[in-house]
Amino acid sequence: MSLLEIKNAHLKLDNKEILKGVSLSVNKGEVHAIMGPNGSGKSTLSYMLAGREGYELETGEILLEGNPLNEMSADERARSGLFLAFQYPVELPGVGGMSFLREAVNSRRKFLGEEEFDHLGFVKEARKEASKMFVKDEMLKRAVNVGFSGGEKKRFEILQMAMLKPKVSILDETDSGLDVDALKIVSEGVNAQRNKENAIVVITHYQRLLDYIVPDFVHILSDGAIIKSGGPELALEVEKNGYAGLINAA
Amino acid sequence: MVATQETIDKVKEVSQSYKYGFVTNLEAEKAPLGLNEDIVKFISKKKKEPNWLLEWRLKAYKKWLTMKQPKWAMVDFPEINFQDIYFYSAPKTKPKLNSLDEVDPELLKTYEKLGIPIKEQEMLAGVAVDYVFDSVSVATTFREKLEKEGIIFCPISEAVHNYPELVKKYIGSVIPVGDNYYAALNSAVFTDGSFVYIPKGVRCPMELSTYFRINEQNSGQFERTLIIAEDDSYVSYLEGCTAPQRDENQLHAAVVELIAMDNAEIKYSTVQNWYPGDKDGKGGIYNFVTKRGNCLGKRSKISWTQVETGSAITWKYPSCVLRGDESVGEFYSVAVANNAQQADTGTKMIHIGKNTKSTIISKGISAGKAQNTYRGQVQIQKSASGSRNFTQCDSLLIGDKCGAHTVPYINQFTPSARVEHEATTSKISEDQLFYCLQRGLDTEQATSLIVNGFCKEVMKELPMEFAVEAQKLIGISLEGSVG
Repeated sequence: MSLLEIKNAHLKLDNKEILKGVSLSVNKGEVHAIMGPNGSGKSTLSYMLAGREGYELETGEILLEGNPLNEMSADERARSGLFLAFQYPVELPGVGGMSFLREAVNSRRKFLGEEEFDHLGFVKEARKEASKMFVKDEMLKRAVNVGFSGGEKKRFEILQMAMLKPKVSILDETDSGLDVDALKIVSEGVNAQRNKENAIVVITHYQRLLDYIVPDFVHILSDGAIIKSGGPELALEVEKNGYAGLINAA
Repeated sequence: MVATQETIDKVKEVSQSYKYGFVTNLEAEKAPLGLNEDIVKFISKKKKEPNWLLEWRLKAYKKWLTMKQPKWAMVDFPEINFQDIYFYSAPKTKPKLNSLDEVDPELLKTYEKLGIPIKEQEMLAGVAVDYVFDSVSVATTFREKLEKEGIIFCPISEAVHNYPELVKKYIGSVIPVGDNYYAALNSAVFTDGSFVYIPKGVRCPMELSTYFRINEQNSGQFERTLIIAEDDSYVSYLEGCTAPQRDENQLHAAVVELIAMDNAEIKYSTVQNWYPGDKDGKGGIYNFVTKRGNCLGKRSKISWTQVETGSAITWKYPSCVLRGDESVGEFYSVAVANNAQQADTGTKMIHIGKNTKSTIISKGISAGKAQNTYRGQVQIQKSASGSRNFTQCDSLLIGDKCGAHTVPYINQFTPSARVEHEATTSKISEDQLFYCLQRGLDTEQATSLIVNGFCKEVMKELPMEFAVEAQKLIGISLEGSVG
């Protein structure tokens, strides 16, 4: 059984068909990259998976470990182990990073029937993970994403991923707004979390990120459908010839 | 923090719309229905008051008769029939105050239901609580410890007998009997409240706290609190309120007077969670409060912090009169109005002394079809050269049927003063909500988190024990307002 299964997903926004029958199977231990030009439906796909209001499927099915996600709300999906690293992480003025993390992690642990962290236990755990992501204590004291630089925002996203230990992580354009150094830190953070039990779906415009997070499979999304799938070499082909060549060939 | 944890656990046991909806079965001793001169005399006699106080009450009553209910606030409610209210009720069994074991077990049960673990609070939180149940204080704790410092903390009805000079000197000195309609009413019929006196040079070793609770059906509550801080003294006072669910409107018209001498500081914090009425606004408390502090001394400081989540109607403007040179006034407020609640609240900062300073931070949250108004006055008098005010009013809207209004009045009569006013209005964005949901928080957790973030500047002014409770309350009072 696949960890994540998307079956013939169709989705409309404002009466316009954005996803036109996307199917994808992701198994445990795999990293998949979904590449595509602007407007191909990449972000819509990630919102659809995460269950954002307004992004309900017209037809089709999504399964997480065989359980249908369609009827589940965004927070239920999250607690079940689906994580989305946002392209543009949202600012939460006045909400401290540490307490936000703790609420999120405890929601997940409660769902899993694990003991919730107490304040001190959590701070210890968070600091340990944070240092791996070069996230300073000072940053955790600040309000979530408020005044964070592009790199800080993405590091904080990956820190959340590390703390929540999701089954499936979707990284939406995680490389956008990052310089090479920040890209390395973020990628190392993601790679450290690759294991045999989870899976990662990297959504990206550029091949660059895939030098650092090397995928097992690459899919090309164009005009709401996956037109080609292959190994890491497919990303290089995109880099060399652009999307146009692939799209025309399809 | 066992006590805090216990409070949190209790709060979690939220049953339905209002969790404090129960009525204690204590037989009350009531004055006859309605208000006239005889009722004022009845109350005064019940309390065995000296003649000067009766005269003072009657003066207030006569003044009240000539006054009209104020109509300028942005609140809408049917005319109150004062002849349909009981102005005095007291639990029949007034226990001795030596230990809590002697307190009526019915009362203790009530407090347990409210989530106030009395003994835990006593032992662990180090908070001296002057419990006010209906109109009579029934238990006073920690008094001995305070007495050692020369601090007086007792029901004002006792202070009238034990410290008549102090009460006589200061009662009505900040809020004169004819100050406004509800203050006049309170002066005529007040039943009890707290009295605090901090002697010169004493820093009160603990936070003083009173839990108010309206209980008797149809009994108006007329609390009267008087706090005096002598030169170089400090006190932090907490007031927290919950009330049982009732179908009829209950009137509450409290008066709080604060007096700070040279270099004295008074910090007054309130968490108000009275029954707000049902979703359509039926029932609920009318909260018409007059609170004012007089910074009489040089470099004195008075700080009001309030978290207002309850009541059908809130009409409340804790104010500071900055008389002493270099005195400081602060007002930190969170007002939440949900469903059909109406809140018209704010502050007045009256600058009289030189180089006086005031800060106003107001956070209004509106949800459902509620109306939330900030109304504030900053007055810099001619004598107040070099004075400064900073005002920040932020409104947060949840949903599209509620309203937020900001009504600042600024009167500046001296050119050397500086007055700043900032105001913002925002909504909880779908992006913010989705972000929180994606991290596994449910809609209510997410709303509570975002709203508490919005209020953070005010919440951090609250004492620790209160802050936890207040955060939960804000979440609870907004339940069901999103999604």
